[in-house]
Amino acid sequence: MSGFITIALMMLVFIIIYQIAKASEYAAILKGEDKIRPQVNRLMAWLLVIFFVLGLYGIWMCHVALKDKMLPVSASEHGVKYDSMFMATMWVTGSVFLLTQAILFWFCFKYQSTEKKTSFFYPHNNKLELIWTTVPAIAMAALVAVGLRNWVAMTSEAPKDSAIVEIVGKQFNWLIRYPGKDNVLGKRDFRKIDDANNVLGQDWNDKANMDDIVAQNGEMHLVVNKPVKLIIGSRDVIHDVGLAHFRMKMDAVPGIVTTIWFTPTITSTEMKKITNNPDFIYEISCDQMCGKGHYSMRGTIIVETQAEYDEWMAKQQSYYAASQAPAAPAATEAAPAEQKTDSVKAITMK
Amino acid sequence: MSNTVVIDGPNVAHGHHAETGHHGHEHHEQHFIMKYIFSMDHKIIGKQFLITGIIWAIIGALFSVFFRLQLGFPNETFPIMETFLGEWAKGGKLSPEFYYGLVTMHGTILVFFVLTAGLSGTFANLLIPLQIGARDMASPFMNMLSYWFFFIASIFMFVSLFVQTGPASGGWTTYPPLSALKEASMGSGLGMDLWLVSMALFVVSSLLGGLNYVSTILNMRTKGMTMTRLPLTIWALFFTAVLGILSFPVLFSGFVLLIFDRNFGTSFYLSEIFIGGKALSHIGGSAILYQHLFWFLGHPEVYIIMLPGMGMASEVLSNHSRKPIFGYFAMIISLIGITVLAFLVWAHHMFVTGMSPFLGSIFVLLTLLIAVPSAVKVFNWLTTIWRGNIRFTVPMMFALGFVSLFISGGLTGIFLGNSALDIHLHDTYFVVAHFHIVMGVSAFFGMFAGIYHWFPKMYGRYMNNTLGYIHFFLTFAGAYLIFWPMHYEGIAGMPRRYYDYSAWSSFNQFESLNGFISIAAIIVFFAQLIFVLNFFVSIFRGRKITTPNPWGSPTLEWTTPINPGHGNWEGDIPEVHRWAYDYKDDGNGNDFISQTTPLKPGEEAH
Repeated sequence: MSGFITIALMMLVFIIIYQIAKASEYAAILKGEDKIRPQVNRLMAWLLVIFFVLGLYGIWMCHVALKDKMLPVSASEHGVKYDSMFMATMWVTGSVFLLTQAILFWFCFKYQSTEKKTSFFYPHNNKLELIWTTVPAIAMAALVAVGLRNWVAMTSEAPKDSAIVEIVGKQFNWLIRYPGKDNVLGKRDFRKIDDANNVLGQDWNDKANMDDIVAQNGEMHLVVNKPVKLIIGSRDVIHDVGLAHFRMKMDAVPGIVTTIWFTPTITSTEMKKITNNPDFIYEISCDQMCGKGHYSMRGTIIVETQAEYDEWMAKQQSYYAASQAPAAPAATEAAPAEQKTDSVKAITMK
Repeated sequence: MSNTVVIDGPNVAHGHHAETGHHGHEHHEQHFIMKYIFSMDHKIIGKQFLITGIIWAIIGALFSVFFRLQLGFPNETFPIMETFLGEWAKGGKLSPEFYYGLVTMHGTILVFFVLTAGLSGTFANLLIPLQIGARDMASPFMNMLSYWFFFIASIFMFVSLFVQTGPASGGWTTYPPLSALKEASMGSGLGMDLWLVSMALFVVSSLLGGLNYVSTILNMRTKGMTMTRLPLTIWALFFTAVLGILSFPVLFSGFVLLIFDRNFGTSFYLSEIFIGGKALSHIGGSAILYQHLFWFLGHPEVYIIMLPGMGMASEVLSNHSRKPIFGYFAMIISLIGITVLAFLVWAHHMFVTGMSPFLGSIFVLLTLLIAVPSAVKVFNWLTTIWRGNIRFTVPMMFALGFVSLFISGGLTGIFLGNSALDIHLHDTYFVVAHFHIVMGVSAFFGMFAGIYHWFPKMYGRYMNNTLGYIHFFLTFAGAYLIFWPMHYEGIAGMPRRYYDYSAWSSFNQFESLNGFISIAAIIVFFAQLIFVLNFFVSIFRGRKITTPNPWGSPTLEWTTPINPGHGNWEGDIPEVHRWAYDYKDDGNGNDFISQTTPLKPGEEAH
């Protein structure tokens, strides 16, 4: 009901605006257009100036209101480079923005039509045109140079001692796999996927799979100051691993493997202090439209010290042991007794 | 029926039609249906494109109001939405499936149906024959077909809104596998098939139109109208058509392969997919291939949208500051530069798809190169109004707004074109803000400038000025209020195409801002209805123009009668003696010299 009242009110406002506009047109004709036109012209010139001034004020207000809601300091080495490059680009484009907008509105005011004025016939000036072709070209070349230097650094081969973590997207959550003690991710085949006991389609004939650990809760653990290489894949449609706090992202495309690497530099605990937010958590967002649950495809990252990581890792059980245990008793023997009971529990719960 | 139609065309000097043909400019009563529906008069076809475009724009904008309500107020319900959308908004809350359907349709409608067909369809048809001095297009019949293919495409797209599984909902880019697999999303069912059929027909329409525009401009200019005497609108529309002709077929091939993948079991885009509880048999395709084919049109498409606005803004800025456009040749060369580079930058949409980083770096270089001709254009526009005698008419206000928005939106492209920055900003609200300002609002401002400027030519009447000024300021301020803060959200990493941000600790701090943006968007939506009202009422009730050349313009369209018939000029087509921008004292108290006036003895041609 209230919706209809709103619409009726809107209609009323429309009719009023329209009637006023019509009346003002008639008034203009009655008073004589030659008289009205210079008045309107002056009014519009002033309104444009007011628009510009209010616009600058609005930009400032917007900045004040939002500056505390921005991302904290970058949590990766790449991100620091990104942030400085972003600021450099901001200075260049920001000054061009202010300069050109100011010129535009100033010219509008200064060269508004008056009775006496005639325009200046000025069809071209090759020297001027040459200047404002070359200056932007040089500025662009500089930005390209900075950009490509960073781009090459960001997309270079990951360091040899990098940790390897696989992250696989599916509608609508993230699966994370660690290579285990051998530091090798076993082979996967999408035809072997089974949502009950083989979510990634690991090939159990490949020994490298035996110690791989799979987390289905979308929580990724990383060691601070240790480079990590993400092996990115997708089970169904295109997803994207978005790491806003690390200033990184990469698509997850079915059928191909993509990678990125970075070095996390701030632990989750430190970041809680930096942001003054005890609930702070690094999030992995899906940044490529992937279906109706796209907005809920959330993962998290815990960055911790090597000691904390080792402690956490010691508690993990290989996915093979967890999911295939009854079928393959040989594997369970290798697992610690305590974890065996865990897996049995998990199975009986199903 | 079609036979008489052919005879009515203006170019009847060929073949056996000659004996029965009568020249288009000779007045004879035509049936309403032939005159206004199946018309072959380029002016009527232009109006058909414009009005269809306006209807689509209202639908597309209304969709954005619906999804902005969800984005701005995720915890509220709006029973009014249930009235409009029925089950898709049960209890007044949009379902995620339909939210994505609305987002997809908003993009498709505005990009293709409004800012491609509605913009270049309108102004290429209206202005090309009038400004080059031709009685009609090279092929009026093909021109009519171009509109009717667009109309059929429109019907398919409209029908897709009502199918049970909803319209296409994979984003306007419809990336497979999401768009290829019915299991992946509800919108990838019948809705997607209709979307593809509609877009295929749209490509046909666009090609029929584009070929016509190019051949008309190249072959049918009146005596004395050399290429370098053409107004910049024509140059811009020429390159728009060239871009469309060369890139739409590639999109078409991409769509054909997608149709095959969807219906005939091929694997062009599909590989190693496990969905709906089973592994599919597709192996060996590449999802990235589609993105290459799509963006090979998708990027030139941006310029298909921008160039007509640039051309019309050039014309309007020059005319209403009573001063020639500055650097006419530089403007043409920069148009050529943009057109050529438009084909060489498509992969900057794909920096983070896992494409080779080396390839990415080449696209960085080419992408930032395109900033140079754009900058030249901006500086030339600024110099055009410098020391002018500016009349702030409604079209002039929109042309000035166009320049302001083009600067704002163009500069943020420098961030996104640089892959090392795109790696963070990609698919965030920064992108949404960037393209909405530059190819959304800015292109719309070019279009509005054109509509307000040429409305007297279209209907022999003025639009209401007061409503025009209200429309301008509400839209100009509103556009900045909506899109400026979105840059901040994007810099903070907030992803686009999310239905709800409340579960995200990194992005939910913007909830009140999203509400603010939604309110601004709704106000701007209603401001556009002021324009719609003004447009339609003025067709019938607007103040009549009393002189054939109300803006004091040197170009040819204003040498036609106030309400030109089919054929445009009564008597011979005028001969052209000078360029389109001679804004100087003609010796009779006018501050411009028409293109049809011969050079005075001793006067230098431009």
